[in-house]
Amino acid sequence: MARYIARRLLLAIPVLLGATFLIFAMVFALPGDPIRALGGDRPLAPAVQEQLREEYNLNDPLPVQYIKYVGGLVQGDFGRDFSGRPVSEIIQQRLPVTIKLALVALAFEAIFGLIAGILAGIRNKSFFDSLVLVSTTLIVSIPSFVLGFIAQYTFGLRLGLFPIAGLNDGLQSYLLPGFVLGALSLAYIARLTRTSLVENLRNDYVRTAKAKGLTPASVVGKHTLRNSLIPVVTYLGVDLGTLMSGAIITEGIFNLPGLGRAVFDAIASQEGAVVVGIVTLFVLVYILFNLLVDVLYAALDPRIRYE
Amino acid sequence: MSERTTSGLPHSSLSEPDPGLASGDPSVGSSPATVPELSGGGDLRQASLWSDAWRQMRRSKLFLLASGMLLVLAVMAAFPQLFTSIDPRARNACSLANSRKTPGTNGAWFGYDTFGCDYYSTVIYGARVSMIIGLVVVGGALLIGIFLGALAGYFGGWFDTVIARITDVIYGLPLILGAILLLNLLASDRFFGERNLATVSTALILLSWMTVMRLFRSSVISVKDTDYVSAARAMGATDSRIILRHILPNSLAPVLVYATIAVGATIAAEAALSFLGIGLQQPAISWGLQINSAQSYIRSAPHLLFFPSIFLSVTVLSFILLGDALRDALDPKLR
Repeated sequence: MARYIARRLLLAIPVLLGATFLIFAMVFALPGDPIRALGGDRPLAPAVQEQLREEYNLNDPLPVQYIKYVGGLVQGDFGRDFSGRPVSEIIQQRLPVTIKLALVALAFEAIFGLIAGILAGIRNKSFFDSLVLVSTTLIVSIPSFVLGFIAQYTFGLRLGLFPIAGLNDGLQSYLLPGFVLGALSLAYIARLTRTSLVENLRNDYVRTAKAKGLTPASVVGKHTLRNSLIPVVTYLGVDLGTLMSGAIITEGIFNLPGLGRAVFDAIASQEGAVVVGIVTLFVLVYILFNLLVDVLYAALDPRIRYE
Repeated sequence: MSERTTSGLPHSSLSEPDPGLASGDPSVGSSPATVPELSGGGDLRQASLWSDAWRQMRRSKLFLLASGMLLVLAVMAAFPQLFTSIDPRARNACSLANSRKTPGTNGAWFGYDTFGCDYYSTVIYGARVSMIIGLVVVGGALLIGIFLGALAGYFGGWFDTVIARITDVIYGLPLILGAILLLNLLASDRFFGERNLATVSTALILLSWMTVMRLFRSSVISVKDTDYVSAARAMGATDSRIILRHILPNSLAPVLVYATIAVGATIAAEAALSFLGIGLQQPAISWGLQINSAQSYIRSAPHLLFFPSIFLSVTVLSFILLGDALRDALDPKLR
């Protein structure tokens, strides 16, 4: 197992380098001069501009810039934005918001997705089952930014149940955006749980359990669910990796000062170091959670062995 | 990275098509090479996967519903003047006096937008952009994905490894983030010079071919060692003939299911990008743009938000339903 993890981590290095270089190259190729734009209507003195360019390695060719950047990254230096603020400080400040948002979304998915999926799976082909199938299809069809506005309008403006935007109400502020962010995966988890439960309920060991007189709750809860939830648990892991990047739109709609907002603003102002720093973090999280899921898979399902 | 993890980029499909779908019994395959000639004997027919699927689909209510809705949307995209007599792009079509009037005013079913244009006709005209982008992007992704997937799966080796790593890199980038950067780049003077249909389509194609590639690659690997491929090779068929005539028809089913659902996902992605202000620009008519300009008036004129949202969601829903119906019909395991 340890060798497998080591090999996967080694394989992650070229992916990480490739992704950061791709982003780096794209930010670098963007039109316009970020340093000249810095001064706005009153341009900075040419000497100051030149000094800034030198300081941020903007005069070097792209590969040299990139190598210098990665060199800093290896030593834990994410670089600085154009006002001299370390990118790691920006990340430190913004990260908690995005993590809280992702956790709220994950809680929504896990709780409601699992309940809906288990009930639909037990009562296969019942009214509730069809209800879950239809409503999950509907949720998936609504793009997340549309869902965000509809939730904002209905629950925030009309019913006044939740804060509409911003972070002024503590954890309450995260409920609506968390639901919007997690809605898609909620639908996916409900379906996954249902399908997997229905399949497993057909197995011989379930018939045996029923035949020896176990209560239905014990048959489902102890015998079937444990097997059925393997794909669901792994999906949740992968999803946490992608939730963080899904926050770009949700944070925008609900005006939450998280990493998604930071990266969106940074692209607009061509803050290359900020963009690449945050993207590196996203990709790293994505890779680590994928690895975690594969390791978890082996732990949950004894039939899977990694060499 | 693991081939098993399912977090594809066009994230909004409930139903990742089962890659095992094509790897099943080759006797259900559709290639003419696998179906023995049957002559005489009453109503013996050539039951290929596709004709079976077609027969099953015609009976499916889901398929009829989805294709009916898509037919209406396609006509709406091609001939919007059949649905409305007002052309929102014409001069004098709008009057600022009507700005943001609610539905029902002056007989306007959907009310008026910020510029005082009839909202019903504006929303109807929005179908065209969505349909074009959905079909063009998925068509492009299919071409690139099938081409690279066929090469990677059939020949393997270093080419396969390189493609797999590139795919990993693009998968690792969040779709919206990659699209923002690509769009900024493509819209610069070096490439398109503006943000139009071509710019948005190109950016989305470049970010969405990977799933097709992976699906097709695994299909190719699962059929390339079957007897009929060996037979074709023994008879002296060239590699390109084997790929095009024998492997392609037998590997297409899962890709088609995915592609149908991906059209819906692409339409949603275009709307999201236009909504963020980095996709299409005014005066283009796009549901995403309409939702973007509606967001400032969510209190005073919520109808501006609802109508394009409903049209957008129904369009995405239709493609997802069609994909579901197609999968039900094409997956022999579900029969």
